[in-house]
Amino acid sequence: MSLKRKHLLGLEGVSKEEIFEIFEAAQSMKEILQRPIKKVPTLQGVTIANLFFENSTRTRLSFDLAARRLSADVINFTSSGSSISKGETLKDTARNIEAMKIDAVVVRHHASGVPKFLSEVLKSNIINAGDGAHEHPTQGLLDIFTLKEKFGEIKGLRVCLIGDIAHSRVARSNIEGLKTLGAEISICGPATLLPREIESLGVKIFYNLDEALKNADAINVLRIQQERMESERFPTLREYQHLFGITNERLTKLNKKIIVLHPGPINRDVEISADVADGEHSLILDQVENGVAIRMAVLFLICTNKQN
Amino acid sequence: MKKPILKNINADGENFSTILDSISFDKTLKRISHEIIEKKSDSDTLAVIGICTRGETLAKRITENLKSLTQKEIPFGILDITLYRDDVRTSLNQPHLKRTEIYFDINNKKIILVDDVLFTGRTIQAALNALRDLGRAKSIELCVLIDRGHREIPIKADYVGKNIATSKKDSIIVKVKEIDGEDIVILKNER
Repeated sequence: MSLKRKHLLGLEGVSKEEIFEIFEAAQSMKEILQRPIKKVPTLQGVTIANLFFENSTRTRLSFDLAARRLSADVINFTSSGSSISKGETLKDTARNIEAMKIDAVVVRHHASGVPKFLSEVLKSNIINAGDGAHEHPTQGLLDIFTLKEKFGEIKGLRVCLIGDIAHSRVARSNIEGLKTLGAEISICGPATLLPREIESLGVKIFYNLDEALKNADAINVLRIQQERMESERFPTLREYQHLFGITNERLTKLNKKIIVLHPGPINRDVEISADVADGEHSLILDQVENGVAIRMAVLFLICTNKQN
Repeated sequence: MKKPILKNINADGENFSTILDSISFDKTLKRISHEIIEKKSDSDTLAVIGICTRGETLAKRITENLKSLTQKEIPFGILDITLYRDDVRTSLNQPHLKRTEIYFDINNKKIILVDDVLFTGRTIQAALNALRDLGRAKSIELCVLIDRGHREIPIKADYVGKNIATSKKDSIIVKVKEIDGEDIVILKNER
């Protein structure tokens, strides 16, 4: 049993066995991160290029660190300050970077489908670090891994994704992965932020937050992506916060322990209140810690796949 | 008294010999445990680490033996060397990661490193590199159930259950009760 793929472009089509293989490897990687010397020689001689055409803190640092923990060499590219501003095309940029003899490319781009495109024009392994509103597979994996650590089992677990589903690649990757592992998935948010025909993915829809919370064991609170909203989807942030913001008051009313995830970065006191984000329900920092382990596992499994 | 080695030939003309049966298997582990105690009179800093997967089982049994011989707690750990293998990107199969579980501080411990078969020595080299990343042990000694020769790097065992002469193409099959349902070591001659 192994991860039989050259690229990780999304969680769509990734089997249960593959996800568990990644989780098992991530578990071993977590042990390495607890050591005094947090480094293993596994990917010595492998060069990984991080191509970030869009801003990122967590994902870029996390991939960077994951590669270094495995002793790979890393080059980092960000589009600001690069030749993109001189009009170089994506294909040319990527091909030129590959000509410097790299083995794997981690790519983030504001356009959906860029990782797929790169997988067609490059020989390297491609790992999607978020493309437009399409997928962000390693985020989906680390969210589900964090839930699995907490609950032991994903099958039958009731997970609700809350907020801006329409613009969210995190939501899509979570839905694909959770569906594969047999979770009961629901979504909740203002109708303007829920994609049309989302029911076809097999998720339940709630328009009322308290209803949604009542029917969930864990929630994944998504960021309001103001940079991706071409038109006003709701009147004010204040109204959004009133109707869909996760607050301690709301959670206390439930009389049950509910687990709260957030992929970051947080708009404090918009989609989630500061006291919840820092409180006992929150696994937000566990997600960040697990993120490095998951990315180490993905890099390890992709870069050691002999069929490549 | 020396036991006769039992030979069997199966339908494919492959030649099987039993190197250790369940009784001699157990006796061998007991003998090794005694040797360790004899050599390491100060058992306070002793610790046993087994290499996944068969080495782990053998190490666990040796630890139990040492505990009953010394009446002391002996720390026990499991080492997975997959991430340290020098062929991790060149061998045929995609490696499957197992778990390293060493929950004690190895600094200043006298480590007994246990594996089932000593062959090229590369596994042990990887294990030594892995241990170095976990701290500075006082000493590391190697204990193997079978030494079959054909070293590719200069590594030598301190405690050996049984030395056997093999050809490079032979294979040694070690089975243990905990995983395979029986304790046995078989030498398979390839024709």
